[in-house]
Amino acid sequence: MNRTTDPATSVRIEDVTGQQEQTFLQRLGQSQPLWVTVALLVIVLVMSWLQPQAFPTADNFFNITRNFAFIGIMALGMTCVILTGGIDLSVGSLMGFAGVLTGLVLQASAIPVVPPTGEAGLLAWVAILTVTGLTAALFRWWIGGTAAVIAGLTMFLAAFVTAGLALQPEGVVWLTLPPGSIWIVATLAGLAAGMLAGAVNGVFVAYVGLPPFVVTLGMLAAARSLAIILSQNKMIYDFGPDAEIFYWLGGGQILGIANPVWVLLLATLVFGFVFNFTAWGRYLYAIGGNENAARLTGVPVERTKFQAYVVSGFTAGIATVLSVSWAGSALNAMGQGYELRVIAATVIGGANLMGGEGGAYGAFIGAALIEVIRNSLLMAGVDANWQGTFVGAFIILAVLLQKVRGRARD
Amino acid sequence: MAVLQLRGIAKHFGAIEALKGVDMTLRAGEVLGLMGDNGAGKSTLVKIIAGNFPPSAGEILIDGEPQLFHEPKDAREKGIEVVYQDLALCDNLTAAENVFLGRELWRQLGPLRILDYRRMYDRAAELFKELKSETRPRDLVKMMSGGQRQAIAIARTRLSEARFVLMDEPTAAISVRQVVEVLELIRRLRDSGIGVILISHRMPDVFAVSDRVMVLRRGTKVADKPVGETSPEEVTGLITGAIQAA
Ligand SMILES: Nc1ncnc2c1ncn2[C@@H]1O[C@H](COP(=O)(O)OP(=O)(O)O)[C@@H](O)[C@H]1O
Ligand SMILES: [Mg+2]
Repeated sequence: MNRTTDPATSVRIEDVTGQQEQTFLQRLGQSQPLWVTVALLVIVLVMSWLQPQAFPTADNFFNITRNFAFIGIMALGMTCVILTGGIDLSVGSLMGFAGVLTGLVLQASAIPVVPPTGEAGLLAWVAILTVTGLTAALFRWWIGGTAAVIAGLTMFLAAFVTAGLALQPEGVVWLTLPPGSIWIVATLAGLAAGMLAGAVNGVFVAYVGLPPFVVTLGMLAAARSLAIILSQNKMIYDFGPDAEIFYWLGGGQILGIANPVWVLLLATLVFGFVFNFTAWGRYLYAIGGNENAARLTGVPVERTKFQAYVVSGFTAGIATVLSVSWAGSALNAMGQGYELRVIAATVIGGANLMGGEGGAYGAFIGAALIEVIRNSLLMAGVDANWQGTFVGAFIILAVLLQKVRGRARD
Repeated sequence: MAVLQLRGIAKHFGAIEALKGVDMTLRAGEVLGLMGDNGAGKSTLVKIIAGNFPPSAGEILIDGEPQLFHEPKDAREKGIEVVYQDLALCDNLTAAENVFLGRELWRQLGPLRILDYRRMYDRAAELFKELKSETRPRDLVKMMSGGQRQAIAIARTRLSEARFVLMDEPTAAISVRQVVEVLELIRRLRDSGIGVILISHRMPDVFAVSDRVMVLRRGTKVADKPVGETSPEEVTGLITGAIQAA
């Protein structure tokens, strides 16, 4: 063997690459949220100059911010899912399902339960418990203890809701709620509906291992159809004794800023904190970066992925409740097409659809940019239907930009 | 005296028999060189000991007690640390975040437990220094050379009081000077009473630090003897099959 290993002359790779430590400015320059913020400011300046009477007004500011709050809140939950390399196509449909449920609880001022009485009720409970038991047993044998508990609970709730839907109206008893507690229960019902649907997504993606695209596409169809069944295809608008206080949640304002915007601001801070300062947040990034490495180093990959879908369902639930409250009515068509706007907001804000990249501020600023563009088009007298074209082009452009940046780095 | 024992470990992936009834003993303060051709089953053996997947047959014993590892954490709690062949790194995280992945350091902030980045960065910097690597804790792994990546994977094994350290090709991607450092580290681990398995294709490295050499060929153990009683020539013959068994 003829090895020349004179340490003085051998150049180590890291001596070369080591020079490439990024300066703070370089890192900032690569930050997509920063560029989106700049783009946003430019649009705002141009519009203020073009439309000095209409655009830079307190009213318009109020409207724009409130409009993007709903998308922004959901974009934060979506970011969790996208960080793991997944996708949640069901959030728009979840709004329909959770919205109708919230509306019904308000309208009836009561909560629906399926009593185990009568032939149908007994049968329903036998079915619920059987399905729950079978699911738990199957998961226990197939995957393990934790998965069995999670899948069993999810299945129990899903079966309970399904039984209620199948047996209504005769087989369902409405437990009347005292005024003052109705809006709380309705809000919780909306949040729980979102989380439950998210849990179903999560079980199939994380524990069963099905592709997120397929699972959440299925949920997109199922949740919308449940919303239509549940609403009997009617608009729900008579919100009962707690209507006033419920309307305030999403329709009110504090210090001149719409309540949904406050919720978005708070949620952005909370998610920003979670992403950066908790292990759970770092696990989302690790799973998206290299799922196998995350597993080998002891990251609870399945549990974390499951939770990401539950969080996405939860933020969809928050947006739903605020949206129903602001509109003063619940429609089964609520949130139609929102999944695309939410995904667009996260991607434009710098989230990488391959996983491992993205953040809370990005979701916020991405949602803001989309809404400001829509608003500007309206003010410029452009047909609002062009918005879809813009959103579509922006998604592709944002992904293209990531690819170009990725190539520049390698 | 800690002892890691394998008894009749077998593993098949569908029709592929990666391991066919392998026995092994690793004592504290001993370095076992594990050699074999590509596909011989070395990495599979490491992954079984590390709790990545269960063996199809056979058992793992530590100090005579049978172990059931469901996940890597279980093995780690028993003092088993691993440097994986593909290093198991997340490119999108920093060097220090990778070192501490799955066992982050905390501090209390009011009612909240938050990640203690400062302590993680400081500790990672210490470990890299100890390994004589120029790896910077705050840099993203994406931009790193093979040597720096290797240093991160090795640094992980130094986080806790390990009893057994398994290194799967730890010197495959690094410079000659760093190989010397890794071999030196292995000697230090041995001297502090840790049992080490070194998987390597580099005959001189294995003969430089190992007390024993074990050879796998197509999933079967064909040799396991003290280095003093064998030679690079014999081991080469065992790996290729020119020598059946020794
Ligand atoms: N996860 C797996 N699924 C299927 N086959 C595998 C898997 N891991 C390893 N193998 C097979 O097992 C055999 C041994 O592989 P490995 O342990 O990686 O060998 P070595 O590390 O000695 O090169 C090879 O034939 C390989 O293709
Ligand atoms: Mg290998």
